[in-house]
Amino acid sequence: MKRWWKSGAPWVWLNAGAVAISVIMVLGLIGLIAVRGLSHFYPTEIVEFQVGDPERGLGQMVMGEHVRAETIPVPVARDAGIAVPPELGDDGLVTRHLIKQGNRDVTGQDFAWYAELQMTEWQAPPDAMRLERREWGDFYGYPLRVLEDGEVVAEGEGLWEALQSRVDRSNTLFRELRQIERNDVGVISSEMEELRLRERALQRDLNIEPDALQTQLGQIQVRQSTLQQEFEVLRGEIDILRRELYRDTLVASVVGGQEVQIRIGDIVRAVQPNSLSLTAKVVEYGQQFWAFVSGEPREANTAGGIFPAIFGTVTMVLLMSMIVSPFGVLAAIYLREYAKQGPLLRLIRISVYNLAGVPSIVYGVFGLGFFIYTLGGSIDQLFYSERLPSPTFGSPALVWASLTLALLTLPVVIVSTEEGLARIPSSVRHGSLALGATKSETLWKVVVPLATPAMMTGMILAIARAAGEVAPLMLVGVVKLAPTLPVDGTFPFVHLDRQIMHLGFHIYDVGFQSPNVEAARPLVYATALVLVILIVVLNLTAISIRNRLRERYRAATD
Amino acid sequence: MTTMTSATTTASHRDAMQGMGKTTFQVRDLNLFYGKDQALKGIDIDIPANKVTAFIGPSGCGKSTLLRCFNRMNDLVDICRIEGQILLDGKDIHARGVDVAELRRKVGMVFQKPNPFPKSIYENVAYGLRLQGVNNKSVLDEVVERSLRGAALWDEVKDRLGVNAFGLSGGQQQRLVIARAIAIEPEVILLDEPASALDPISTLKIEELIHELKEQYTILIVTHNMQQAARVSDYTAFMYLGDMVEFGETNKIFTEPEKKQTEDYITGRYG
Repeated sequence: MKRWWKSGAPWVWLNAGAVAISVIMVLGLIGLIAVRGLSHFYPTEIVEFQVGDPERGLGQMVMGEHVRAETIPVPVARDAGIAVPPELGDDGLVTRHLIKQGNRDVTGQDFAWYAELQMTEWQAPPDAMRLERREWGDFYGYPLRVLEDGEVVAEGEGLWEALQSRVDRSNTLFRELRQIERNDVGVISSEMEELRLRERALQRDLNIEPDALQTQLGQIQVRQSTLQQEFEVLRGEIDILRRELYRDTLVASVVGGQEVQIRIGDIVRAVQPNSLSLTAKVVEYGQQFWAFVSGEPREANTAGGIFPAIFGTVTMVLLMSMIVSPFGVLAAIYLREYAKQGPLLRLIRISVYNLAGVPSIVYGVFGLGFFIYTLGGSIDQLFYSERLPSPTFGSPALVWASLTLALLTLPVVIVSTEEGLARIPSSVRHGSLALGATKSETLWKVVVPLATPAMMTGMILAIARAAGEVAPLMLVGVVKLAPTLPVDGTFPFVHLDRQIMHLGFHIYDVGFQSPNVEAARPLVYATALVLVILIVVLNLTAISIRNRLRERYRAATD
Repeated sequence: MTTMTSATTTASHRDAMQGMGKTTFQVRDLNLFYGKDQALKGIDIDIPANKVTAFIGPSGCGKSTLLRCFNRMNDLVDICRIEGQILLDGKDIHARGVDVAELRRKVGMVFQKPNPFPKSIYENVAYGLRLQGVNNKSVLDEVVERSLRGAALWDEVKDRLGVNAFGLSGGQQQRLVIARAIAIEPEVILLDEPASALDPISTLKIEELIHELKEQYTILIVTHNMQQAARVSDYTAFMYLGDMVEFGETNKIFTEPEKKQTEDYITGRYG
């Protein structure tokens, strides 16, 4: 025993145990997120059953997707209004099932609990259909017929194919409509806004000659009327498209037999999961997942995709990297290479290191107070005064979010760069100096290239921290729903003054601010999974760059 | 006490230097301090041009420190203070207005451990010229080839000049560093234990190289290896605890040294 103790084996076990626990925790977390998030997109069977009191006979028909089951003690079940037979006693357990029954417009409630005691056997009718709609959530029911301009065009045989092709058509039209509303109308309205501001600036300009003022105002008016005409043309196009979009109607029956009319323009996709083969299910899964990653959110973020959030996160992190790397590297070079070593420098260094431990919300408050109100406010005063009081840079925006995160991650970059510089052997520096190089030539041609792997390490840590940060962003530029992406086709292409969506905040918003908890739950997991994957991808990119650099410079720093 | 010793040694060194011909460096009463510690004590020595001068002595005797005085590498040490004069071609290298970078271009240096830059073989050799603003491809090509030939490395690397210098062996790296030093055509080359980190075969190559280089350059070499000093040098200086004990022709120092200390050190009785 004593020998075993002395051999160091307990330490090895302790260390290995610590590693094992860490690995299990990480894998468990990622596994949980992956399973919960990814399973959401797999087409679930639609079930149908009847509920009612066994003694008083059966009543209402229910149809929907089974979400999960849970067992509750009998008294709790009684409190919930479930008629539990007395022979179960007070110690028994009752199973109840959560059913996603959709049809919020018909039943008012798209998720409901049903006790197993009151349910008949489940059935999975093959022609049961789930419609994903732009509004009112999912619809469950049976397709009856398709109407075009009020006339029946498909019924019975060939109905499903007709429905699918018309859904595809309406989706294409919807995209066109979106395109026009977003881009063409957007371009016109932004120019209109510019003209209005110019007009205002001219009218406030006291030094201008009255004649010149008149001619310029005249020019503006001419341009305004042309734009107005273009706008009218576009509006005509939009009207036509909209009429086309809502040409077709689907008549469907809900589970009780009631007939409902649904405009096909409102349908995103139609699926009959019960009659899908395995391959078709897999294809459907892929399409659903792609729609999630590439689509825009709908219905207060509880449905649709998260593309704007992914895009916002990536843009913000890249912008942050572009800001933080030159700042951090230059500061580290000064601290390590030029500054006179002494108590003052030590104090500065300790302060920088401690900045890494400041709670991130403090950075958010600082960003709001300094960047947005002070810096942004001044920019507005100086360059955008004609737009005041509506702010341009004086409100939360992409650039302020990136700057705040850059500030937050600055210590990490400084510390790693400094350590990298300190590791460069003095023999290499001396070699360069002995050839007649000055200090700065030595630094930029020999020392800094050798320290690049360390700088990349700093960037990796910075990206990992920045991409996962949420709290400060809520104050400085991230919103629940941004109407536009920060990068688009209109000048100046990258809109630093726009607000963005962010995956981390999206998780918070969908998970905790959403009115529809059950619908949001799987989306929270899926969004978290996407965020984790995104961070991993960003990190792997940085790591591979670093490894390539390290390989190149390996021998010098051995 | 110290003054007396240095006065006597000075006289004897001057004697030894008579009939030596042209000198490159003239060191006059050089004292060097690291903070309060004196590392060099009243050094007086004339370094003959186009000869190999070796500095020997036990560890800590100040021979590397003295070597670093010649191209002012000691400037990099904050606490280092120098008194006295070092004249290069009659001009004080510590005088006001002397450009250190310019001095170091005239006085090249090779260190104990090979220290190539994280660049290709070609760029390592071209580094010094590029610093001087030479970017003409044909000029650089020519200088790189000449320097690598001069350092007896050309045949080994001529097919892979674009390869990173870290891929070379230790001995090749050291010859590359020598090539890098001679590419800017200095007058003097300082070698600080250039072969101590190398295997015997690489050491031999470096020693042969030193023989060839002394045709064109004045060479100062610090070495721990007495056989090496005897093999490669024309003149030898023995230093002990910051004093220049004895300086003279290598033959004389190794066969009939004037001082007992020198004899003890050379015969291995101490040090």
